[in-house]
Amino acid sequence: MSSLDAQLIRNFCIIAHIDHGKSTLADRMLVKTGVVDQRTMRDQYLDRMDIERERGITIKSQAVRMPWTVGDQEYTLNMIDTPGHVDFSYEVSRSLAACEGAVLLVDAAQGIEAQTLANLYLALEGDLDIIPVLNKIDLPAAQPDKYAEELAHLIGGSPDDCLRVSGKTGQGVAELLDDIVRQVTPPAGDADAPARALIFDSVYDSYRGVVTYVRVVDGHLSARERIAMMSTKASHELLEIGVISPEPTPTAGLAVGEVGYLITGVKDVRQSRVGDTVTGSTRPAQEALAGYRDPKPMVFSGLYPIDGSDYPALRDALDKLKLNDAAFTYEPETSAALGFGFRCGFLGLLHLEIIRERLEREFGLDLISTAPNVVYEVTLDDGSVYQVTNPSEFPVGKIASVREPIVRATILTPSEFTGAIMDLCQSRRGAMLGMDYLSQDRLELRYILPLAEIVFDFFDQLKSRTKGYASLDYEPDGTAEADLVKVDVLLQGEQVDAFSAIVHKDKAYAYGVMMVGRLRKLIPRQQFEVPIQAAIGSRVIARENVRALRKDVLAKCYGGDITRKRKLLEKQKEGKKRMKTIGRVEIPQEAFIAALASDVDSPK
Amino acid sequence: MAPPFQIYVHVPFCARRCGYCDFNTYVAGPERRRAFVNHALAELEMAGAELDAAGSLRSVVNNHAPTVLTPGSGMLTSGNAAVGAAPTLASRFIHRLARRPAQSVFFGGGTPTLLSAVELARLVGAVRRIFGIAPGAEVTVEANPDTIGPVYLETLAAAGFTRLSLGMQSAVPRILAALDRSHDPARLPEVVRAAAQAGLDVSVDLIYGTPGESLADWEASLRAALDLGVRHISAYALSLEPHTPMARRIAAGQLAAIDPDQQAEKYELADRLFQGAGLHWYEISNWSRPGCESRHNLGYWTGADWRGIGPGAHSSMAAERWWNVKSPVAYGRALEAGRSPKAGGERLDQAALALERVMLRLRTARGLDLAALSDSGRAAVPDLVAEGLVRVVAPSDRSAAACPGGAEAGEAGFATQASPDVSGGGTPGGVPRLVLTRRGRLLADLVTRQLV
Repeated sequence: MSSLDAQLIRNFCIIAHIDHGKSTLADRMLVKTGVVDQRTMRDQYLDRMDIERERGITIKSQAVRMPWTVGDQEYTLNMIDTPGHVDFSYEVSRSLAACEGAVLLVDAAQGIEAQTLANLYLALEGDLDIIPVLNKIDLPAAQPDKYAEELAHLIGGSPDDCLRVSGKTGQGVAELLDDIVRQVTPPAGDADAPARALIFDSVYDSYRGVVTYVRVVDGHLSARERIAMMSTKASHELLEIGVISPEPTPTAGLAVGEVGYLITGVKDVRQSRVGDTVTGSTRPAQEALAGYRDPKPMVFSGLYPIDGSDYPALRDALDKLKLNDAAFTYEPETSAALGFGFRCGFLGLLHLEIIRERLEREFGLDLISTAPNVVYEVTLDDGSVYQVTNPSEFPVGKIASVREPIVRATILTPSEFTGAIMDLCQSRRGAMLGMDYLSQDRLELRYILPLAEIVFDFFDQLKSRTKGYASLDYEPDGTAEADLVKVDVLLQGEQVDAFSAIVHKDKAYAYGVMMVGRLRKLIPRQQFEVPIQAAIGSRVIARENVRALRKDVLAKCYGGDITRKRKLLEKQKEGKKRMKTIGRVEIPQEAFIAALASDVDSPK
Repeated sequence: MAPPFQIYVHVPFCARRCGYCDFNTYVAGPERRRAFVNHALAELEMAGAELDAAGSLRSVVNNHAPTVLTPGSGMLTSGNAAVGAAPTLASRFIHRLARRPAQSVFFGGGTPTLLSAVELARLVGAVRRIFGIAPGAEVTVEANPDTIGPVYLETLAAAGFTRLSLGMQSAVPRILAALDRSHDPARLPEVVRAAAQAGLDVSVDLIYGTPGESLADWEASLRAALDLGVRHISAYALSLEPHTPMARRIAAGQLAAIDPDQQAEKYELADRLFQGAGLHWYEISNWSRPGCESRHNLGYWTGADWRGIGPGAHSSMAAERWWNVKSPVAYGRALEAGRSPKAGGERLDQAALALERVMLRLRTARGLDLAALSDSGRAAVPDLVAEGLVRVVAPSDRSAAACPGGAEAGEAGFATQASPDVSGGGTPGGVPRLVLTRRGRLLADLVTRQLV
């Protein structure tokens, strides 16, 4: 098959907030273009994983090729799906880089949200053609006029340019497809130059190995040719090349502007990284496409099996997940409190939650995770520098300085909550960069915030202080020096590693009091008094006591009581295996879980 | 030699249900109570026949290894369904399944004295006829102080009862009301006197830690009990059983919660006052004059065989444990149809037997032979000693005393003949024993968990 004329190709993505109906609209397009028939339509065809489907979000983007005729001319539309969450902003930027146009999809009942805005800015930076679309116009609560105005204000142009569709009923979808053909610039590239294709996604498939999604920028990739990854210099034979429409279909090759997939037989997505450039081995390109970045975990958490004997199963599961997730890292660690586990690195909190949920659901593991933390860069007086990913490994001794990652955060909110949000950001060591009105009653606030503060229940707080109306987006913005200390928690003088935390000096006391109070309620009374302390170094900042247990005896033990008591003892003996011992203090694992849970539950 | 054999008869009736109680007991009229007596008599007959069947099969067991005894069903089953150790257990324990005289009989409830004295006498008579009652055996009936008078007590004594266990609970009317107990505490001395006149030994039961009970209330009850001059007192911490009206009222905030620390204080007060009055501690919740321990209850903690009669009653013969259906109606229906009222059962393996041994012996003043502990259990001992929860007692040959009032006790020898496991004393040439300290008694379950 000869390659398509690039003039007849339109590559676009849909930028939308979770719940704004992107998947439904995408499904509609698949049906309208005849790629999928109504009958076999799975709901949300593009979101393959269960978790994604349940959460209504897209983690892994994919690309579908659809034919669409305007006038007498048939065009090829490539719809590139984008991940919809803040943790995956780099992946989003690569998906955008594979397109010339973006459909900016906004719920006509809710208006634009912070993440959508952030992605819109990315698209504008990438010089994409933006097609503003209001979705869900069938809803009674829809206010299309209001939000058309808001969109016009954001991207310029008139509110009338804003298309109005309903993914649910199909209204306006054909017009949108026409508009994509008319408004999105066709791809431009040098067909005779050495091949360069941008990897915008890479997915591990247990049958086929890694499936790499690419957009060809220059030149041509052919089946059976040898290709090279420009960042790693690794070369592979192309076992298969093709397009998705909607199932993978092998082709002879991919030319300028085309979007499709490659299979080389590699087994690990790290060998086929998002953002990397694919070129031909025989005539390699000299220069890679711009914008490649090594994925770097930003948030760390210890994952431990509740049942210690599940440790090998956890390790196997992590090995498997890693194949499909280049940003996810882990290494073994041991905790006195929690036993054997792994310190895992994630792009962000959602990424953490997703991995955790997959481990529990797909691999049937019961896990405890420690409170998430960021990476600290600690410089000692002697000039040595440490990267600390686990608070309990925070160096003791003469610390010259500590740097922590900071982010640039964008918060969109109805104007009535501005004060509440400013208070929140203030209490989280935020520095305001600016604020703008999106419309009469909607505001964009921009802050510099320590990532550590966002990791600690910021999102929950934001939602609860704004009745759920505010939305948040953030992107890494380097590191900053801060006055940070390590707070340890001690039981009977023994440090409990799982509860150590690095906090700002001004908040150390509050953290100590909170943790100590929480543990006092959770630790069962022992035959001796158990002091619980929070300390910075050797300085105790908070203390509570679990009083000694005085009475633990069955009053009557006759006849049938004997059998019942023995069975209870047998059960308790079993339960004792799940007890963790800190010093001489026996603590049921449930207490650890409860003590850790209130921090981890926040990023929903 | 076989350990003592004893019989428990559960009388599942009360005049009213008390708010704290979750025992298997019902409010029922005289016809149902009469019917129960007939059912209990039928079960006693059945129990005797079962033991005969099992006892006569000693030779069979010895010759055919894979034979399993299930005395609860009165049958022998053969086959491979049994656990591997069963033949050994069976041949080891077979002599314990033969019919032999009861060393003690105990009527509990419920309120056994809701039955007429004649009905109780019939039941004791049946035990004597079917199993025999050993000379000097202890025959106890639990009683509610407001249901009995002198004639009733004399009838019981004449029928062979030797001991009365009175549910005194408290001397404070407000606390009795909180427990739904209707008796007049002022009647206690009179009942105790009448019982003594009838020749019955008397024990009283007390409950501490009732919501609203002050330390002074408890002390008043303790002194009132001691003033009765009884030779045996049981003092039980009120334990809140789920699904009782009291548990619901506490959950709803209508009653004060039970404070275990205060219960501990009350226990210590009781122990001090009792020991000061010459009542020695011999089990977690029991104190007596030397030699006046309840031999029936000691049997539960020192490995006796016990056969329970009545709805929901549990039986334990050698390694077999089984229990009857709880409902008196289902119980009666089974017996009327000539079927066993057994609802379920299990065979205890060596591990379960060992666990029970630690759990039960540790409750007693005689304590637990160190030799009965596993290696890991023994390893826990030094810490427990250091924490003041247990002490290790050297073997001694102090012999058991006889109860001064119950003159027969010494002769017939539950204490001396059948089981050496009575209060205080040690075994001649025995091994060191582990005995709970006063603080350890209050943490007996915790200590047990560390020893098993």
